[in-house]
Amino acid sequence: MAHDIKKKHPMEEQNPQERVKNFDEVPFGYDIDTAVAEAERCLDCKKAPCRQGCPVEVNIPAFIMSIKDRKFEESIAAMKADNSLPAICGRVCPQESQCESFCVRAKKGEPVGIGRLERFIADWQLKEGVEDPKLPEPTGKKVAVVGAGPAGLTCAGDLAKLGHDVTMYEAFHTPGGVLVYGIPEFRLPKEIVAKEVDYIQRLGVKLETNMVIGKTITVDELFEEHGFDAVFIGTGAGLPTFLGIPGENLLGVYSANEFLTRTNLMKAYRFPEFDTPIHVGKNVAVVGAGNVAMDSARTALRLGAENVYIVYRRSDKEMPARLEEIHHAEEEGVQFRLLTNPIGINGDDKGWVKGMECMQMRLCEPDESGRCRPEPIEDSNFVLDVDTVVVAVGQTPNPLVPQTTTGLKTGRKGTIDADEFGKTSREGVWAGGDIVTGAATVINAMGAGKMAAKNIDEYLKSK
Amino acid sequence: MYKLVTKEVLSDVSKKFEVEAPLVAKKAQPGQFIILRVDEQGERVPLTIADSDPERGTITIIFQEVGLTTKCLGQKEAGDYIADFVGPLGKPMEFPEEPGRVIAVGGGVGIAPVYPKVKGFHKAGMDVTSIIGARCKDLLILEDEMRAVSKELHVCTDDGSYGHHGFVSDILQKYLDDGEPIAEIIAVGPLPMMRAIVNQTRPYGVKTVVSLNPVMVDGTGMCGACRVTVGEETKFTCVDGPVFDGHQVDFDELVARSRMYLDQEKKALENCRCGGAK
Ligand SMILES: Cc1cc2nc3c(=O)[nH]c(=O)nc-3n(C[C@H](O)[C@H](O)[C@H](O)COP(=O)(O)OP(=O)(O)OC[C@H]3O[C@@H](n4cnc5c(N)ncnc54)[C@H](O)[C@@H]3O)c2cc1C
Ligand SMILES: Cc1cc2nc3c(=O)[nH]c(=O)nc-3n(C[C@H](O)[C@H](O)[C@H](O)COP(=O)(O)OP(=O)(O)OC[C@H]3O[C@@H](n4cnc5c(N)ncnc54)[C@H](O)[C@@H]3O)c2cc1C
Ligand code: SF4
Ligand code: SF4
Ligand code: FES
Repeated sequence: MAHDIKKKHPMEEQNPQERVKNFDEVPFGYDIDTAVAEAERCLDCKKAPCRQGCPVEVNIPAFIMSIKDRKFEESIAAMKADNSLPAICGRVCPQESQCESFCVRAKKGEPVGIGRLERFIADWQLKEGVEDPKLPEPTGKKVAVVGAGPAGLTCAGDLAKLGHDVTMYEAFHTPGGVLVYGIPEFRLPKEIVAKEVDYIQRLGVKLETNMVIGKTITVDELFEEHGFDAVFIGTGAGLPTFLGIPGENLLGVYSANEFLTRTNLMKAYRFPEFDTPIHVGKNVAVVGAGNVAMDSARTALRLGAENVYIVYRRSDKEMPARLEEIHHAEEEGVQFRLLTNPIGINGDDKGWVKGMECMQMRLCEPDESGRCRPEPIEDSNFVLDVDTVVVAVGQTPNPLVPQTTTGLKTGRKGTIDADEFGKTSREGVWAGGDIVTGAATVINAMGAGKMAAKNIDEYLKSK
Repeated sequence: MYKLVTKEVLSDVSKKFEVEAPLVAKKAQPGQFIILRVDEQGERVPLTIADSDPERGTITIIFQEVGLTTKCLGQKEAGDYIADFVGPLGKPMEFPEEPGRVIAVGGGVGIAPVYPKVKGFHKAGMDVTSIIGARCKDLLILEDEMRAVSKELHVCTDDGSYGHHGFVSDILQKYLDDGEPIAEIIAVGPLPMMRAIVNQTRPYGVKTVVSLNPVMVDGTGMCGACRVTVGEETKFTCVDGPVFDGHQVDFDELVARSRMYLDQEKKALENCRCGGAK
């Protein structure tokens, strides 16, 4: 069947009725012929406007043209020159607001499926097996990387490729950051993250888990006692924000962080095979409408909830989640209660949630951020019948490292101040990712890790 | 992997391990805790640092076998390894600002977390009067250790099988009544005991600190599982505590929250892999 050139080639996926019963990945990815056909939609634009939309400026036409010519080795090489974690980015980048939004094809019809092709080529390589990297001459310089999320992993990998002796310190028992504790298996299989981490370790990076920097060792001690020449901080934005409404400490109220960490990192979805429990009632309200909220809502369905609501105080246009996630959530039966603001959670006599009191909202003038400020409609209160509430309204940086490191300047919201290269106010210390920007995206965190690695290398060479 | 160096059975339900963790041992302060995971399927479970030996690079943990994880851990022997061990977490204990007597009250397995604090005071040259209690003599732990660091030690058992027949609160009452100024009372034990003690001391206006043990996951402030209401504020026990002013703690909420997973805990125990639950 001929394909409508104005549209992306569809990607096969599990049907919604089936997939809400399992944690397997939802889309299957392109097969070779579909990938080649999709690659043929790319016009190989000279100026390649799509690249401006990518925070690390992946050479998009180059990698796509190689797929078109079935030169997969060349394609992956072109990709990895700028992006060392394509299997992850192809799955989780908000392409519709990044690369694909600049694609000329988007002017008439759908853009080229850049994300899908990126995922295809990365998976192709993972299946073929990644060759052992050639290790460079050691420089004798030691760098510590704090936090093994996308920022830390990228920075560590790049520094190792330049011959530096890199040790990564991670607070959790497993590396990956949000990629393992936040983003669910059905969206990003943990095996893929594990393979990427394995590759970075094969580059010679040492990994020390169960190390809370600021507690087990401080940054000061990394320099003074452990002999590091530079430190990169990529500790992310891990602190949950609550709503500050009555009833938030009732049983059955979770931060999204706890809800997702129990399920993903601790594998509560396989309880009792795994020991960590999770409680999901019949009716679940998820407050918020970002990726974290969509992930929580879809997880709640898979854990057996009958009704799952996204409760969001603005309208559908303002929902910050990736389009694909909103679409998937709708297909799976998540119910959207938009222009709805929770004002309190009611409990029963044993302290369990038995309802959430909400108000209807209406949108007024756009605020400084350009979004419309919602305001409550008088006498519109109603009680949503729920027994579990997941609060997914944002995260802020963890203060553990900033508080225990001398000479590190921080911003008003607890972020670490760093320049465009990731350099902080303290000599020898760089930072990047969510700890600098506040909660952002995987590709931005990677870009920051990459930039810092380059700058650290220059610093070490000049020393 | 972290090596269990020595094991000691303190009572039918309490065990003590020294765990090899040199970096943690170097940093550990009284009042802090660790989180461990026995194996790859395991839950992350917090335990107080009962003692530390920076020279030998070991941390001592003492625990009561109450559920799946603690039973599995109890099955381990010296020389075995556990998957994860992270710390030291939480804030170190603070010394009282007021002059006067310091009284430490430890109930049941709460004697384990109270011991390092008393030892801390002892090392700082301060005298501590300790009151420890258990349901019966066989369940009493750390008596000798506590005696070695306390100026005075009182022992109580609920059934009268040893020491004073009755509760720790009976002895505490005498000190509250005798009028000599008390700088601080430290109470650690099961939630009902801590609640009883803070209610008992409240009318006297004596500062009473408690060490809380809510459910935890990460122990670094990222999940909020451990939140408690202290005063009017929500605090995260793992980073703001675990030691708090007991008169400010909302114990009703804490008791309710500690029961969140009762059904699942039972189910977990039935499915236990280690044979410890038999
Ligand atoms: C549920 C969820 C879904 C998301 N979905 C998407 C998506 O679809 N697309 C997208 O682009 N972005 C998404 N994001 C955002 C994205 O995951 C983050 O922006 C990104 O992971 C930030 O990377 P990072 O390396 O800065 O920090 P993190 O990924 O947070 O990693 C930080 C690491 O540092 C460790 N750490 C913290 N403190 C210490 C310490 N003191 N010592 C040692 N280690 C420490 C942490 O344990 C963690 O492993 C999502 C986020 C969440 C929570
Ligand atoms: C800071 C802190 C220090 C602690 N120190 C000690 C100690 O020194 N010795 C000791 O014996 N115990 C201590 N505890 C309690 C210990 O963590 C629990 O007994 C243990 O987690 C129970 O796990 P389980 O799987 O064996 O039992 P479960 O079957 O999980 O639970 C049995 C009971 O333990 C409680 N519990 C369950 N999970 C947790 C959890 N993650 N955190 C806390 N309580 C939980 C539940 O309320 C339940 O009633 C401490 C707890 C905290 C928070
Ligand atoms: S890394 Fe993300 S933004 Fe960049 S090209 Fe790939 S999918 Fe697009
Ligand atoms: S803008 Fe679109 S069509 Fe042009 S090179 Fe980029 S992906 Fe291809
Ligand atoms: S245990 Fe997660 S915040 Fe305290």
